[in-house]
Formats: sequence, C-alpha cells, structure tokens
Amino acid sequence: MNIQLHIYALAATLALTFSGAGIAGPREAQLDQYASATKAANPAFSGFSAARGKTLHTQSFAGGKADTPACTSCHGREPSGAGRNPAGKAIEAMALSVSPSRYSDPAKVEKWFKRNCKEVLGRECSALEKGDWLTFMISQ
Amino acid sequence: MKIPFRPIAIGLLVGAFSALLLGRAQAGGSHYFPPVAEPLVKEECGSCHLAFAPSMLPASSWKKMMGELKNHFGDDASIDPALAAQISDYLVNNAADAAGRRYGEKLLRGVSASNVPLRITELPKWVKEHRQVPDWEWQHKEVRTKANCTACHSDAERGYYDE
Repeated sequence: MNIQLHIYALAATLALTFSGAGIAGPREAQLDQYASATKAANPAFSGFSAARGKTLHTQSFAGGKADTPACTSCHGREPSGAGRNPAGKAIEAMALSVSPSRYSDPAKVEKWFKRNCKEVLGRECSALEKGDWLTFMISQ
Repeated sequence: MKIPFRPIAIGLLVGAFSALLLGRAQAGGSHYFPPVAEPLVKEECGSCHLAFAPSMLPASSWKKMMGELKNHFGDDASIDPALAAQISDYLVNNAADAAGRRYGEKLLRGVSASNVPLRITELPKWVKEHRQVPDWEWQHKEVRTKANCTACHSDAERGYYDE
C-alpha cells in the first residue's frame, strides 16, 4: 500500500474516533451495565430494543404525577424536537443526533432516570427499561 | 485666615445629598436581583426552573426548603446530601436578610421574621407587582406558571426584572 492510502486510512480513523459516533465510551459502558443487571434478573434477556424503548417513551402511565402521564408530556412528541417542563423550562431534544453531547455522563443519566421515572411511572425504571430507552434515543 | 463657611456648608450639603442618592442607586433599580453565581447551585437548582435569586427569600426559607427536597412543591428533588449542604450554604449566605439584603430588602417588605415564605410568588410585594397580569396570561402555554419568570422577564437569568 502506498503512503497516500495510509494517510487516508489514518484520517478516516481519526475522523470516526473524534466524531460524535466515535465517543461511545461512557454510553456503551452504561448500556453494558444495564445489560448485565438485566441478564442477572432475567437469564433469557437477549438484548435491548429501540422499539421497546419507543413504546416506553410514548405510552401513558397511571402511577405517576397527573400532569406527566408520559415521557412525552415534557419531552414532546418527537425525540428530535425540544420539550418543555411544567415549570416552563425548555428541554433540549433527546435524540442523540440532534443533541450529540447527551448521555455521555452516566451519573447525570441515572439522576434523570431516577427523577423522571418516579414522576411519570410512579416507580424506578428497571435496568431493562433504561437500556431500551437509551438504545432508542441513541438511534434517533 | 477667613474660613469660607458658605462654600464648606454648600459642599457638605451637596456631598450628603449625593451620598444619599448614589447609595440607593444601582443598575436595574430595585428590580435587580443577582443571579446564582455558583455553577453547582445553578446547575442543580436550574434543572427544572430558573435558578431563583437567593436574595428573593430570607435565609430561614432557604434552609427549610433545602431540608424538604423530597417534597419540593410536589416533586422529589432530593440530591446528594453533601451537595445539598453546599447549595444550602450558598443560598443562606446570599439570602434577602444576609448578603442579599441590599437587593431583597424591598421585596421582603411586609414579611415578618416569623414567616418562612417558600414561594417568591406569594410575597406581598410580588403579588402587588404582578396584580395586573390577567389569569389567561398565566395559563398561556408559553408561561404556564407564576414561577416561570423568564417567560416575561427575558433577562431574569442575568438578574434583571424591569419589563
């Protein structure tokens, strides 16, 4: 192989590594953690599903607060759009492609799962639910 | 040597008057409340709403609120206890009856020391200032609640509430 090809290969690798798609470290690690926890609770677990995540995100729950029966109550109908919470504060889009810096801080992700699952579902979300939901948002 | 009494007297009068005037003068008038300057406080308190200026409530209010985060106006806003203590200190130190006195004094008029108001929107001065806002405006989808200062006060994040 000549030097030019090497340079192109190197450039492509660097571009991918430093592009949003490349900085997957913390996200992947968090998904792995959720996967392990899910597998421990259910050995038949075979992987997260963006489709299940979408269902979780859009369905209405009865156990949470009356003004936020669904995730979409604050986050809006489309993950690619901004949302607004009951206090009037604007929320950046949840879709990773629109907000590429999201989900890279596991502690922050956990903090918001803890708050929002309680408000919407009236309980904590399971590792399976968290993994499915994250998988869905990362795909958007 | 003849003492110039008149110029001295005039000079003192002018000086006293200026001091009085300039002592009360501040950018934004009495409608300026320094925004939260501590990044951690701003991030946590600003998670769901404008991080309200500490000078808008007395220290006792902030203390009570920070001790009841599990039931924060109907929501569970609890956070790491060490962080909560840090935030509480900041709010208490900058409260309307502490370092925030020169800003919050007027807003807290009519609130006795035994009161521990938790809602800025229930302070007599706040109610008075907003009495002409019709109900339908509060219910507008861009506003939704009296706690949404920035809906009308576009510079609230910088501390200005002049509009």
